[in-house]
Amino acid sequence: MLDLSQYQSVGEALREALERFSNEVCLIEADREREKERLTYIEFKKRALPLAKALQETGFSEGDRASIIMTNQSKWLISAYAIFFCGGVLVPLDYKLTPDEQWQLIKHSGATLLVTEYPIWRQLSISAGRSAAANVKAVLITEAPANADLAGARRWEEFCGAGEPTFIPRKRSDTASIVYSSGTGGRPKGCMMTHENYLEQCVALTSIYPFWPGVRYLSILPTNHAIDFMVGFFGPFTCGAAVVHLRTLRPEYVREAFPKYKITYVSLVPLVLKNLQKGLQARFDALPAGKRKVFNALVAVNKALTKSQPRLSLSRLLLKQVHEAFGGELLAIIVGGAFTEPQTLQFFYDLGIPVANGYGLTEAGTAITVNDLRPFRADAVGKPLPGMEVRILNPAADGVGEVAVRSKTVMSGYLNDPELTAETIVDGWLMTGDLGKFDETGHLQLRGRKKNMIVTEEGKNIYPEDIEKVFESLPVKEFCVFAANYIWPKRSMTGEQLVLVLHLDQEQKYGEELQRDVNARNQRLLNYKRVHGVILLDEDFPRTASLKIKRNELAARLAKLDSATAIRQL
Amino acid sequence: MRTIEQTTQEVLDLATKHFQLPAGSLAPGDDFFKKLGIDSLQTLELLSRLENHFSIELPDYEVQGVSDFKTLAERIQSRL
Repeated sequence: MLDLSQYQSVGEALREALERFSNEVCLIEADREREKERLTYIEFKKRALPLAKALQETGFSEGDRASIIMTNQSKWLISAYAIFFCGGVLVPLDYKLTPDEQWQLIKHSGATLLVTEYPIWRQLSISAGRSAAANVKAVLITEAPANADLAGARRWEEFCGAGEPTFIPRKRSDTASIVYSSGTGGRPKGCMMTHENYLEQCVALTSIYPFWPGVRYLSILPTNHAIDFMVGFFGPFTCGAAVVHLRTLRPEYVREAFPKYKITYVSLVPLVLKNLQKGLQARFDALPAGKRKVFNALVAVNKALTKSQPRLSLSRLLLKQVHEAFGGELLAIIVGGAFTEPQTLQFFYDLGIPVANGYGLTEAGTAITVNDLRPFRADAVGKPLPGMEVRILNPAADGVGEVAVRSKTVMSGYLNDPELTAETIVDGWLMTGDLGKFDETGHLQLRGRKKNMIVTEEGKNIYPEDIEKVFESLPVKEFCVFAANYIWPKRSMTGEQLVLVLHLDQEQKYGEELQRDVNARNQRLLNYKRVHGVILLDEDFPRTASLKIKRNELAARLAKLDSATAIRQL
Repeated sequence: MRTIEQTTQEVLDLATKHFQLPAGSLAPGDDFFKKLGIDSLQTLELLSRLENHFSIELPDYEVQGVSDFKTLAERIQSRL
């Protein structure tokens, strides 16, 4: 691994990695059973530098922002490196957002360049939101068919400059990227991550889960996500490891990739991990009684022998078929983005497959705590990573309080939002809004949220303010959306739900017509953003002088109601 | 060769069957995420079913951002 203390920026470290590991494989890209691309570090460099040169010829320079909206593929990483090489600021966006949401964030970020894929551009270019993002001066699109209407964009593959580009150095304190942790439809939360944030996080994470030449990381989580950017790009590249991209995420091809590419690490969101568990359990249940008995006995032996720490060689021997299905070289499944249920973690650990469970926030530079597996603990999210100071603020009698973090990995602030930054980073401490406590062995246990939001099993952060738009002009006196846990704190991180609070007009009834209207609007939201229940409150909402709802005060009033009877399920 | 109307109808019929819905409950303009309340994994399953039915390959990135049956049918039609 490179000694990252020697480098000032992400671009500088990556530039050195491309030299140091020149003949190692850095990228493999497969589409179903076909391998489309296999690049060594030197070949990666040869692809990226002409792009960097062409960018510089357009005037793209130090501090300029460039957005990438792409599925996981080699051109994502090549483009990102070219942007860093030019001293640019990366704005990675979720390709699963709607085109209007993407334009909204592009506009907010001030990006002058957009790199995307043709199928995505086809939707983006005809979206009404395009006209608002006048800041975008150039669009590069990959894989456009020969006769395609480019709608003002240029082909990525033909965007090459001749000659050597000039490497633009950046300082550790400069912004490396703007990562949106939420805010579509509401108040965009663009986390400004510095070069130091990434360099320090990489050192901390790889001290527990190391990469080296020969390691193969299967990149499934979207690369715009802070976790995949770190463990599916920056981490492996600074260690000379390889990243495997699949152009399809159909379960049958993902399964094939493990043995085919001898995967070492993979990151998954809890939802996918749970599905994997269900699939495996169904296969175990289908075993004939005799085989099932033997299998269960082997799992019990493995469980007993790995109690204090993982013993991968032994587990691979005992439960050979299970491990062979995962390629036989898997060291750990990294799970993140949302809370994972302990029984799912335990299920995999009992099979001899450690799940690197942790806790993090984009604002904290990805991971804050990680389970170091010594011993494995399904009931906690691990100990703080090296360099992380973690405190529990104002603990209650049971030791539970708000988790606060201070570290070189914490973002510098939210883009264009000093007010929110000041609320979130207080005296150098990041207020996570999550509740937790440390146990006697120093493991952090999460016990719910203090902030008004939910996180789905797919790792999506949903803020009530972001979905209120759909209920605008609802024929009621006033309304507000809350995370139910925010009103009635529940010491749990799962099963979180949103509720719609309605204050009806005088004499108005919550009749069939209004219920139909609420339901119809709710259906317009993506399924994971929908509210689950309605609360009727027969009093005026507390408001500020500028007539904004005082959410804290309203939540306190609602908390006096009995949640079991107050919520009418939708 | 199927017409786009035929392809659209076959897509709707297949989705109706796959998600065990009453006949005629889906329309071409329906948003399948919203109407069916499905997640991204279930969408991938539906795409695999459609590929088998039409004997085509439909790359994930080709249908990226597509959320209604009509557009999905158009993408399939262009590959028939």
